[in-house]
Amino acid sequence: MSAPAERARVEFLLRMGDNALVLGQRVAAWTGHAPVVEEDLALSNVALDLVGQARLWLAYAGECEGLGRDEDRLAFFRDANEYRNVLLVERPNGNYADTMGRQFLFDAWHVELLRALAASRDERISAIAQKAEREVTYHLRRSGDWVIRLGDGTEQSHALMQAAVDDLWPYTGELFRSDEVERELAARGEGCELEGLHDAWSARVAAVLAEATLVRPKDGWMHAGGRRGRHSEHLSYLLAEMQSVPRAIPAERW
Amino acid sequence: MAATAAEVWTWLDAVPDPEIPVISVVDLGIVRDVAWVPGDGGNTLKVTITPTYSGCPASRVIERDIEAALREHGVERVALDVRLAPPWTTDWLSLAGRQKLRAYGIAPPERAAAVACPRCASFDVETISWFGSTPCKALYRCKACREPFDHFKCH
Repeated sequence: MSAPAERARVEFLLRMGDNALVLGQRVAAWTGHAPVVEEDLALSNVALDLVGQARLWLAYAGECEGLGRDEDRLAFFRDANEYRNVLLVERPNGNYADTMGRQFLFDAWHVELLRALAASRDERISAIAQKAEREVTYHLRRSGDWVIRLGDGTEQSHALMQAAVDDLWPYTGELFRSDEVERELAARGEGCELEGLHDAWSARVAAVLAEATLVRPKDGWMHAGGRRGRHSEHLSYLLAEMQSVPRAIPAERW
Repeated sequence: MAATAAEVWTWLDAVPDPEIPVISVVDLGIVRDVAWVPGDGGNTLKVTITPTYSGCPASRVIERDIEAALREHGVERVALDVRLAPPWTTDWLSLAGRQKLRAYGIAPPERAAAVACPRCASFDVETISWFGSTPCKALYRCKACREPFDHFKCH
């Protein structure tokens, strides 16, 4: 395989791994703080799934890269500008509506992407995607339920859920804009172009928002850049916390 | 004299799942294949396993337990092959495993039928939470006998 093609695959795998890792870390921060114990368990389990998926993607990224970096090295010793996640997943946890809105908008995209990747010609990409798709289908059921419950709930929960969706919407554009990395993988049958996921995502989101009595925000100006390493300031704080222990004692193993 | 694959399966069937010790790793359906692979200096026992959930904290423990059990039975060369595809599904849970789960108070996964209370068998149940005490379970309550119970969710 040519060097640029191999680089595109590494880049793509980092994007997949970093999305799961950053969202997993965000969601894990609720552990011990969720409003009720059932939610604490649910959020911890979703976070576990995501961190587990991140491990699979990043381990493969490290192998393809061939520089001897394993998944831990990639997770703990890259700075924010080397992270390749979309901006949506680094949005702060905020209130419960913010957390569930972020989860739902991401899950609805993630599930479509994983379904497409399950057909990848790359056996490893296909295997990870098939495994993750089952888990994410379950996440989506739950996050969609919460959007409906809060949106179609009390006056206050409705207002908070609408505000969350409005606030997060400008971060959804990036999810459907392919660059040379996705195009390269799509051309080789290993990945897919993101534009093709939009109709299914949009239909599902519209249905859930309608049931939640929420207004679908208008598509306006959209943030972008996360997949190329241009992040909001929020990511640096998240990484500082996540990476502090391994960086303080880099030779330690556990 | 090396153990046959059938003997190895019996040994593995005695390795409990660390989170739900009433079922074995074979009941759980994560052991996919057992085979002797010839190599320099002797044969290696290759055990293929498929993890349940990507982030299941028990995965590492299960791998270690399988290896320890095989060594106890005198197998010197063990190679664990972790295979992701096809992904693990609760359809792979053995019939014996399902019965053991029910007896233990966990409603087994039912793809076709409704979830029944493992205590009183009533179908009048409600979901309390989509997730339970481990990634593979959801929390239910029986409206007939009022007992909460874990449901091993379909996956």
